[in-house]
Amino acid sequence: MLRDITLGQYYPTESVLHKLDPRVKLLGTLVFLVSLFLIPNFIGYIIATIFLICMILLSKVPFSFMVRGLKAVVILLLVTVIINLFATPGEVLVSFWKFRITKEGIYASVFMMLRLIYLIIGSSIMTLTTTPANLTDGMEKALSPLSLIRVPVHEIAMMMSIALSFIPILLEETDKIMKAQMARGADFESGNLIRRVKNMIPLLVPLFISAFRRANDLAMAMEARCYRGGDGRTKMKPLKYHVNDVIAYVLLALYLAAVIVIPRVILA
Amino acid sequence: MSIIVNHVSYSYNPGTAMEVKALNDISFTVSDGEFIGLIGHTGCGKSTLVQHLNGLLKPQQGEICYNGENISDADYDLRALRSRVGLIFQYPEHQLFEEDVFTDVSFGPRNQGLSDSEIEMRAYEALTQVGIPDEYFYQSPFDLSGGEKRRIAIAGVLAMKPEVLILDEPTAGLDPKGREDILNLIRNLHEKEHITIILVSHSMEDIAEYADRILVMHEAKLVYDDSPRSVFAHEEELKAMGLSVPAVTSIMHLLREKGVGVRQDVITIEEGLKACLEILH
Amino acid sequence: MSIIKSEKLAYEYFRRDKDGAVDGIVRALNDIDLDISQGDFVAILGHNGSGKSTLAKHMNAILYPSEGTIWVNGMDSKEPEHLWEIRRSAGMVFQNPDNQIIGNVVEEDVGFGPENMGVPTKEIWERVEESLKAVGMYAYRKSAPGKLSGGQKQRVAIAGVLAMHPKCIVLDEPTAMLDPMGRREVIRALRALNDVENITVILITHYMEEVIYANKVFVMDQGNIVMEGTPRQVFSHVEELEQLRLTVPQVTRLAHELRKTGVRIPEGILTAEEFAEAICRLL
Repeated sequence: MLRDITLGQYYPTESVLHKLDPRVKLLGTLVFLVSLFLIPNFIGYIIATIFLICMILLSKVPFSFMVRGLKAVVILLLVTVIINLFATPGEVLVSFWKFRITKEGIYASVFMMLRLIYLIIGSSIMTLTTTPANLTDGMEKALSPLSLIRVPVHEIAMMMSIALSFIPILLEETDKIMKAQMARGADFESGNLIRRVKNMIPLLVPLFISAFRRANDLAMAMEARCYRGGDGRTKMKPLKYHVNDVIAYVLLALYLAAVIVIPRVILA
Repeated sequence: MSIIVNHVSYSYNPGTAMEVKALNDISFTVSDGEFIGLIGHTGCGKSTLVQHLNGLLKPQQGEICYNGENISDADYDLRALRSRVGLIFQYPEHQLFEEDVFTDVSFGPRNQGLSDSEIEMRAYEALTQVGIPDEYFYQSPFDLSGGEKRRIAIAGVLAMKPEVLILDEPTAGLDPKGREDILNLIRNLHEKEHITIILVSHSMEDIAEYADRILVMHEAKLVYDDSPRSVFAHEEELKAMGLSVPAVTSIMHLLREKGVGVRQDVITIEEGLKACLEILH
Repeated sequence: MSIIKSEKLAYEYFRRDKDGAVDGIVRALNDIDLDISQGDFVAILGHNGSGKSTLAKHMNAILYPSEGTIWVNGMDSKEPEHLWEIRRSAGMVFQNPDNQIIGNVVEEDVGFGPENMGVPTKEIWERVEESLKAVGMYAYRKSAPGKLSGGQKQRVAIAGVLAMHPKCIVLDEPTAMLDPMGRREVIRALRALNDVENITVILITHYMEEVIYANKVFVMDQGNIVMEGTPRQVFSHVEELEQLRLTVPQVTRLAHELRKTGVRIPEGILTAEEFAEAICRLL
């Protein structure tokens, strides 16, 4: 179950998207996410869908692999859909007891669901095609002006990169500890909410201890390999823009313009 | 008591491109009081197999019966099974979580729903069995040495009074003395408490010394199920699987190659000593 | 030339009780005198808590002596300006393969050290390539470390150290969490580095079988070096080793038992081949 979380995972393969500069992908993801909230109607969603499908195809990551990432957030999706469905005022279609389903509610919940799914898939594409190191490199470079006002950009980027690479290890560990406690008769599945939270203690305590132990080991290993922050550090893979990156920026601008303009033009 | 494993197969991520077959048509029976050694190269499916034996995983094909009852049955009490078939994972000390040793060991019996006095008795007995002295009972388990932590973790499973105890590489990462302590403990549990033991180990020497039957797994299949002497006669085949035979066994094989007529069915130091003395006198 | 040398090296730390108050002082290392030459293959043995890991951490300036001095490549570890040069010349590999891999792709991990040292980009790539080739992991340079076996991960960790062009590699129980195949891979890689590149290897272990390739063995107990010599010399003292909670390889043990029954087989036999030859001579 825990292995299903694909958000933040990297999928190693060779594709155009994999080779793009991480800064392009960061900006691209940001543009895509913003565009989702600028879309006024379903025409916009058609454009966004086409864009997303193109990206999925370009990434060469199996679609089934991406969809597995959605399983982990099914509950979140359902909650948003239900809230939107019942809480949006407007033209009542069905009503029973205290609940009312409105036409606007259906629209709102469908759009919200699409938005969330696209949001997750969109950001998954970025993490699936960019190694965490590459991603944080991009972030470091993109945010580097901030270091002028003493924001420790390199350190933040390094912390994020490490946190991301530890996710799979900690997930595996969680699975292991869970099984070990189940072998001692622990029950993680039944009881009311309070009971369940309490039952998590035998899982969480060892997990925290293990995370601290790993962090400690890693810090020592990094120091042993001469790590001393960002000063005087060189890069094995310095970021440089290529032709493809420029093309990607242009395509992004076109997409953003299309999403904003086309739906409004057609409606008008 | 018996565990019957009947044509069991299991795959991870079935039906996807990342499908990995971990168990392929495995069948065997475990009877009361046996000491079984389970060996195989990393990734051969041993861990998956032992997780089936106490119901943490369920067979995708085939069935596993404990005392004649199929553990995949909808109404089968899996939690009861887990207390009868104790499973000790690799590095079990990583599962300790309570503030003191005694409470941690009580976790299993408490989950079994026993009375307070019974829980205390079980915990006390288990800690004594693994040789943890009284003065440690109310200390934090995290302040103790690696070997002690591991014995406490083992006590945590013993306190549930299992009939079968499965240990997945219980000596990994310990120093020689720590290894010996754990192995002696296991032998005691087998001989004095009559607990059926399944020991997963990479040390052929330990397996030869302790087990009276060996299961060898290779690429998700069970390739040998025989006495240690018979299994270790297959030095070439075992080496091809990334395994080996006890050092003393390969010494005897080497002597034979050099034309010395020494016994070949040797698997322990004592036997090796006897075999050498036979040819020297 | 000596690469690591210590005089009266001692390390003490405070033991604290539950509330963090000082409970006593532990002397983890006690007056260690040590001299390791460039090109040596040294094994350090000892049970858990004997002080061997503490000693290893002094060789990389992760810990500093409470008393006495340790010189790494001629530099006193207590002088702060030498810190990075010491860490570069004495690289360190730790026990848990999962907790020392920093990069998300094998080659990036190996490049981490040189990046920290400020090596120019082009040279980082050359160093990464040669280091991965030296440990036989070049074919895996684009792999995710998580997908590798334990032995492969440790070899990547060794390559990561090699890329810093060290004079000496200190390995703190690098094989403790590996299966026999992984252990063999790591030891084979270390022997090759020692033979071919003449890199000093300091191997801390409690697997006796790994010690037989060393040209010098130190046995530690309670913060002291209690035995010292070639593997053959050390393994001739089976009883003493057992008192130190250590065991000898099965073949050494068998020869020792034979000797006890009056058979005139030499002490300190290390391999099956030596044993067989000794028996043949007796027949």
